[in-house]
Amino acid sequence: MTFLETLLVHSPALIIAIPLLSAFLIPLVSRINAKLRNSFAVAMLGLTGCFIGLLTTDVFANGPRIYIFGSKNLTLPVVRILFEVDSISIFIAIVTIMLAIIAVIYSWSFMNGQDGLDKYYTLFFLLVTSALGMELTGDIFNFFVFLEISCIASCALIAFWVTEGEALEAAFKYIVISSVGALFVLFAIGLFYAQYNALNIATLAHVLQFTFLDKIALVLLLVVLGMKAGLAPMHMWLPDAYGRSPPSVTLVIMSATLASVYGVLRVLFTLYGNVLTTSVRFDLPMHVIIGWILIVLAIVSILIGVIMALVQSDLMRLIGYTAVAEVGYLFLAIGTAIAAQGAPYATVALHGGIFHMFNDVLDIGLLFLVAGAIYYVTKKRLLDDIGGLARTMKFTTVFFMIGLLAVAGMPPLNGFTSKFLIYESVYQLNPILSIIAILCSIVMLAIFIKVLYAAFLGPELPSLKEVKEVPRSMLLAMGCFAALAVFIGLFPNILLDSLVKPAAAALLDHAQYIITVVGGI
Amino acid sequence: MFNLESGSGFWNPLLWILLLAIAFLLFYGIRGFGRNIYKKGTEQTKAFLSGNLESTPEEMHIKASNLYWGFTTAMKSLYAGLRKMHTGNTSDYLLWFVIVLAVLFLIIGVI
Repeated sequence: MTFLETLLVHSPALIIAIPLLSAFLIPLVSRINAKLRNSFAVAMLGLTGCFIGLLTTDVFANGPRIYIFGSKNLTLPVVRILFEVDSISIFIAIVTIMLAIIAVIYSWSFMNGQDGLDKYYTLFFLLVTSALGMELTGDIFNFFVFLEISCIASCALIAFWVTEGEALEAAFKYIVISSVGALFVLFAIGLFYAQYNALNIATLAHVLQFTFLDKIALVLLLVVLGMKAGLAPMHMWLPDAYGRSPPSVTLVIMSATLASVYGVLRVLFTLYGNVLTTSVRFDLPMHVIIGWILIVLAIVSILIGVIMALVQSDLMRLIGYTAVAEVGYLFLAIGTAIAAQGAPYATVALHGGIFHMFNDVLDIGLLFLVAGAIYYVTKKRLLDDIGGLARTMKFTTVFFMIGLLAVAGMPPLNGFTSKFLIYESVYQLNPILSIIAILCSIVMLAIFIKVLYAAFLGPELPSLKEVKEVPRSMLLAMGCFAALAVFIGLFPNILLDSLVKPAAAALLDHAQYIITVVGGI
Repeated sequence: MFNLESGSGFWNPLLWILLLAIAFLLFYGIRGFGRNIYKKGTEQTKAFLSGNLESTPEEMHIKASNLYWGFTTAMKSLYAGLRKMHTGNTSDYLLWFVIVLAVLFLIIGVI
């Protein structure tokens, strides 16, 4: 076995081990030099990214890859955890590492000079580790463990600006909501273990009987993961948390949120993939009921998100509410893909949903970075207190305009490409849903036009005369997102064909995921 | 490479950009037919407010909270309901979680 092959074999473990070890090495590196710490953080995330890239090529060429922690043979007592990496998990892992790298680059200047940065980076890396763990693991209890790590690390990071009372309040709300949610996940896992004596997702999917307890477990998992993803009406923690944490932290919390959406996909398409087509009472297949439940929650999220965003005066909370609406678009696509399972447009909806996961974090992430840039130079959060910033912050203004057009789904930017697939497929399920989604996108455009006018246009305010453009590292982070938004908008097929379609195929072909574990070992 | 197929339609960003470029050229061409009578810094460019004094630009900047006033006022009752829902209390956040859980249990239980 060559060195590269050895690295490839162990890459699922290394993807978790590198950020985890870095989390505890960073306080030591911090003692030497702040610049060395910053470089170390980027280098370690870059190295993790390289392993994700290596694993991506292998998964796309050879199918799902499993990695066993613990006993290789099935002799009792079996103590082991399986990581199973397929195209969908690797897709989400790519998004996570991209967000983490951009967030660290942004942090260089944004967090510069603040106290407790060694702890900040430790928590940051723990959060990245937990998100990657949730995405790569093939064990449902292990998923719960990483979910818990993400809750604790996120809570501490939300409260990072501890001197602001609202940050502490947001962190408190987050930990209460997350802990209660995690307990329900644990309860659902208990239901599986009690019935099937298994915790591996593929094994469970193979033996699942769809008993009444399984139905309860499905509801518990869907509701908790939906809440963690920010689905209305359980979304209220999201504007609080996103609005009060540093924007670089918001980016990694977004990746943890994305891991929850991934959890929903994994539960619906893999864990319950074999049984979801079962007809229940009134000759209604289960997938239709679950699909419509998700669609209703998605429409509520879109409506509440845009209506509440319109009246927000705090820029970061405003973006937080639009993030709720964007989660609604994701679930609208997922719901359509589930409800219309088997129809050709269901696959298009799934493509749109997975594509929108990437575009959503890109566009909302860019807007949060811009909001952070405004806060960095003005120390103001309220839109009423700012204005005329385009005169001094030309690059930031351009990035904001790209972000606002992209998030509102305006062509030819990336947001449009995924929303186009969602609108077209949802229209075939029910035209009214598609019309609501399009109208809400137009309201979203109106919301951000308001922000553009209030924050960037108009006369230079006397209190903001000394304002200058943000440092280069922050511009670089925003520029990367903006460039990607334009590039994906112009060449949507590159991402769609190379990453999105294989990810959707992996979800739809749940038998392959199951066979890799059940038939392979 | 540029054509995004949805099964029932397609999207081509290049076509869109081409259309935008043609529209821009068209408008630019039409603009060329106009007469250039604009003189910067003269009385011609000053605002006439029925004899009232013109406020400073800072005073004239419309704040974000004043934008879409008509829309938010027309939807007052909707916003009152939504504000009531968003109390900011953690116990209410959990209540919504329990409500959704209960409704889904009910649906799954009945079906």
